[in-house]
Amino acid sequence: MSAGTTTIHSDTGYNFAYLDEQTKRMIRRSLLKALSIPGYQVPFGGREMPLAYGWGTGGIQVTASVIGPDDRLKVIDQGADDTTNAVSIRRFFQTVTDVTVTESTEDATIIQTRHRIPEIPLKEGQVLVYQVPQPEPLQKIEPRETETRKMHAYAEYGAMRVTLYEDVAHFGRIAKTYDYPAVINGRHLMSPSPIPKFDNPKMEMNPAIQLFGAGREKRIYAVPPYTSVRSLDFDDHPFEVQTWKGCCALCGSTVSYLDEVITDDKGSRMFVCSDTDFCNTRQAKAAAQPKTAGEQS
Amino acid sequence: MTTNAIRKLTPKPPLLEVSGLCKSYGGQIGCRDVSFAIRPGEVLGIVGESGSGKSTLLACLSGRLAPDAGTISYDMKDRGPVDILTLSEPERRRLARTDWGIVHQNPRDGLRLDVSAGGNIGERPMAIGARHYGNIRAEAQDWLQKVEIDLARTDHRPRTFSGGMQQRLQIARNLVTRPRLVFMDEPTGGLDVSVQARLLDLLRGLVRELGIAVIIVTHDLAVVRLLADRLMVMQRGRVIEQGLTDQVLDDPHHPYTQLLVSSVLQV
Amino acid sequence: MTIRLHAKGLTKTFTLHTQGGIVLPVFDNIDLTVSPGECVCLHGPSGAGKSTLLRSLYANYKPDEGQILVEHMGEPLDLLAAEPWEVVEIRRSTIGYVSQFLRVIPRIGARDVVAEPAIANGMPADEAVAKAQELLSRLRIPERLWSLAPATFSGGEQQRVNIARGFIVDYPVLLLDEPTASLDAANRATVVDLINEAKSRGGAIVGIFHDEEVREAVADRLFAIGNQPAAMAVPAAAVAEVCS
Repeated sequence: MSAGTTTIHSDTGYNFAYLDEQTKRMIRRSLLKALSIPGYQVPFGGREMPLAYGWGTGGIQVTASVIGPDDRLKVIDQGADDTTNAVSIRRFFQTVTDVTVTESTEDATIIQTRHRIPEIPLKEGQVLVYQVPQPEPLQKIEPRETETRKMHAYAEYGAMRVTLYEDVAHFGRIAKTYDYPAVINGRHLMSPSPIPKFDNPKMEMNPAIQLFGAGREKRIYAVPPYTSVRSLDFDDHPFEVQTWKGCCALCGSTVSYLDEVITDDKGSRMFVCSDTDFCNTRQAKAAAQPKTAGEQS
Repeated sequence: MTTNAIRKLTPKPPLLEVSGLCKSYGGQIGCRDVSFAIRPGEVLGIVGESGSGKSTLLACLSGRLAPDAGTISYDMKDRGPVDILTLSEPERRRLARTDWGIVHQNPRDGLRLDVSAGGNIGERPMAIGARHYGNIRAEAQDWLQKVEIDLARTDHRPRTFSGGMQQRLQIARNLVTRPRLVFMDEPTGGLDVSVQARLLDLLRGLVRELGIAVIIVTHDLAVVRLLADRLMVMQRGRVIEQGLTDQVLDDPHHPYTQLLVSSVLQV
Repeated sequence: MTIRLHAKGLTKTFTLHTQGGIVLPVFDNIDLTVSPGECVCLHGPSGAGKSTLLRSLYANYKPDEGQILVEHMGEPLDLLAAEPWEVVEIRRSTIGYVSQFLRVIPRIGARDVVAEPAIANGMPADEAVAKAQELLSRLRIPERLWSLAPATFSGGEQQRVNIARGFIVDYPVLLLDEPTASLDAANRATVVDLINEAKSRGGAIVGIFHDEEVREAVADRLFAIGNQPAAMAVPAAAVAEVCS
């Protein structure tokens, strides 16, 4: 992630990675602060990006500030490399940096993501950049930012449990399935962005650097490598992840997060891995060993 | 009985002791040189017309407003008397949601209207570490019964409650942590008379049963007559008369108190 | 001789600030002592200040000068110099007061209204309720009314509930403001019995009894009041009327 270039990109006339170097430095300072206080939301001077808010402008600015010419970038949206948001962001960085892009989780040095953490465990040296629509986990229960700041400052998180209480009271269980709040490093309550709660345990003690950027709200926060990430729960209603009865219809995985896909107008449906790289890799391996290929036609 | 050696009773140490409290808003006086003490289990009424400084005083006492001068000493459970103005903000906030209660005139200021009745009551226990849903809910329902709210409404949002129910819920939400001192700002304001009576009676019972000290600000003399042992009458930011509630109301000395008492409509 | 209640040099005036500061003297330099087992009847013409004196003895009115010494838990205390919380304590256990009118508490049944002072003095709730029921039946309050709030009772019934409330605790000092005013003969007799029982267990009683028969039956001596020419009783209600 050495971004030590000041060259103007030859094709576009833009600086490397679009942002000017002063802006990158400012964002890097915010990132260092965020890494020093895990889970704490650092305000930063977010810039206008050539994308609309809600399309990942926070994540893009973070990625642009940490990316260097030698990085290999992977961009996913809902786990897939080929969805609109992922494709346009990948194309953006190809245009303004010329870095190598990849769909392979293992090969990537920077992975920008919306709504998922890859299934393949991350390694030291990798950076996972999350796009965050709403960084404040307390926002629904306390709309005043002056107050939520104090609640974070004094670790007053009783009100957050009220939302869990409401779930159990109304549905008999904690019904929140995504953007499930977690306490980072035993201190700050953090919104993990709208990833499924299935992915929350992957954040715990993860060797990779996890960076979060919220463009509209102009906030950056981070989970450094090997940091504890505890999802809120009750003693008698412990945190649980989603499970599925079947397996992935394409690769047969029973351990990955599955999306329900409707296949025709008659209501036929199947469950497939949301992480396309994971699924494709397994399918390729299965094809190389025909004997174990299951239901593939 | 010999009349030579007149004794005084040994007082319980004050729970809250205020001295020389002043607060002004620019040139406008909020309250000036207010001093008093309240002991455990005592109910103190503060009366006066709008603008007399009652609410300013209450806001200063409950730590929501910083006074310009004076001290407010509170006998903290684990530390003894402490000037609350020297407490750090988190300490004061913690005090306010454990050992204190604040019942606002408008339930909207004291309740989470989009959170169920049970969740509203459960918030304080959860804030101080309750982590067992079943226990939290059982405690919430216990308090709903105490404030006479049908348990069938446990999971309903207070937005759908009547004004009286909202006010009773606010009381339960505050009392669940068994505070030793509760501040009430016009708790019966804006309620129908019949609803007021029920609320007052409930408050009276709870205050006696739990031995809570209460500072209640109101302009309704009937409310203090029923609830308060002691009364302070405020005018233009100053305490102009204080004493036993029935003494102040039945034998007022200060011209303003006489006017106040004589202005109450008889029914 | 032991003295339960000693009023020394009591002086009371009312200053009506809303009436241009008119000063109404009520009584001046009154001395009154009451011994255990003694019943003193305040005597004087209507408007002489009897009620004002009685209310002053309960610290309901605040005399301008003087002392009111009472024996509280074996210690002499000056009611006029006492802090409000001390007065609350003294009223709880030492001085009882039966006013002319019951101050109704919404939603509390007659039985609980009566039992309340006993519970406040540490009597177990069931015992207090039993004693309340005994007093209510002696005072001929029909059992069907016991659980009802006295707000809807007749004046006489309310007064009897008030009397029961005053007699449930064996106060060392008991102040009675026309306790038999609106009662029939049978209930008057019951109240006389209650007063005599209180005397026999050593209660010091100060009362206003307009009914001569009752006065004869309970009073050990009369205390004359109303010698001041301009004396006049001005209860708060009257102040209110004058001012409005």
